[in-house]
Amino acid sequence: MKFAVIVFPGSNCDHDAYHTAKHVLGQSAEFVWHKENSLKGADVVILPGGFSHGDYLRTGAIARFSPIMSAVTEFAAQGGPLLGICNGFQVLCEAKMLPGALLRNRDLKFHCEHVHVRVEQTDTPFTSRANRGQVLQLPIAHGEGNYYADPETIEQLESTGRIVLRYCDSLGQVTAEANPNGSLHSVAGVCNENRNVVGLMPHPERACEPWLGSKDGLVMFESVIGALAGTGALHPA
Amino acid sequence: MKARVFVTLKPSVFDPQGRTIAEALHSMGYSGVGDVRQGKYFELELDAASAEQARSIASDVADKLLANPVIESYRVEVDQ
Repeated sequence: MKFAVIVFPGSNCDHDAYHTAKHVLGQSAEFVWHKENSLKGADVVILPGGFSHGDYLRTGAIARFSPIMSAVTEFAAQGGPLLGICNGFQVLCEAKMLPGALLRNRDLKFHCEHVHVRVEQTDTPFTSRANRGQVLQLPIAHGEGNYYADPETIEQLESTGRIVLRYCDSLGQVTAEANPNGSLHSVAGVCNENRNVVGLMPHPERACEPWLGSKDGLVMFESVIGALAGTGALHPA
Repeated sequence: MKARVFVTLKPSVFDPQGRTIAEALHSMGYSGVGDVRQGKYFELELDAASAEQARSIASDVADKLLANPVIESYRVEVDQ
């Protein structure tokens, strides 16, 4: 199985995603520079975290016009599993491939810490091996992760089950205190209508080895590998 | 020709930066300052034959790039 990790100028979690796919999960992985036009036959595409184009104008606003985004859009339109992590999530929102926007954190602080998120939906390729209600401990590292969408959109996301992850406490309770950035409805991650495009602010790729403090991110990678293998089981190449 | 684009958060979107600025002003003694909203301002140097055309180009780039319609609205001014 081949992962493509898109590299924008200013991406800084590209190596983390590559390392996890290739060295932790034993899959094939390739970096794809944002000026390229082809995803090189990838089965899974990751838009990594970082500060693409220095976060100038708005986070993700410039990256969405990169040449590779045509191929990424086409890949997603054909049902390919596409994951946007942190800045990648911001890019997907700017590109209108996911609804809403990420605003400055409510307290104006950059949050770099481990948080808990609750898996709300297991019918996406990135959560299919998780259990509904499962609590994951994942790191966040962002200044602009405060999810916003207009009330109609939020309502639609709720009624169609497109809020994939929500911030919660260690017991899985969604509370105001467990919400690190002010996100509406404690949204940590959402998916598109076809459920193959998922964006989230936490970093599952940085929580796949015990010495990183958590292995809870593995389930998202195992899910997509299982989903593509068609068995729900993990088969490292 | 020069166009100016003012981008502001929609009224329904909370602006924590504006809130912080307002609080700073209050602590400086400006008790008469109410709400503060922070926005962005762009000056565009345009190759346009008329003010009409300049306005149209400025609106186009504001729609496509300068503003995110999910959270922001904008206003265009053109030098006559």
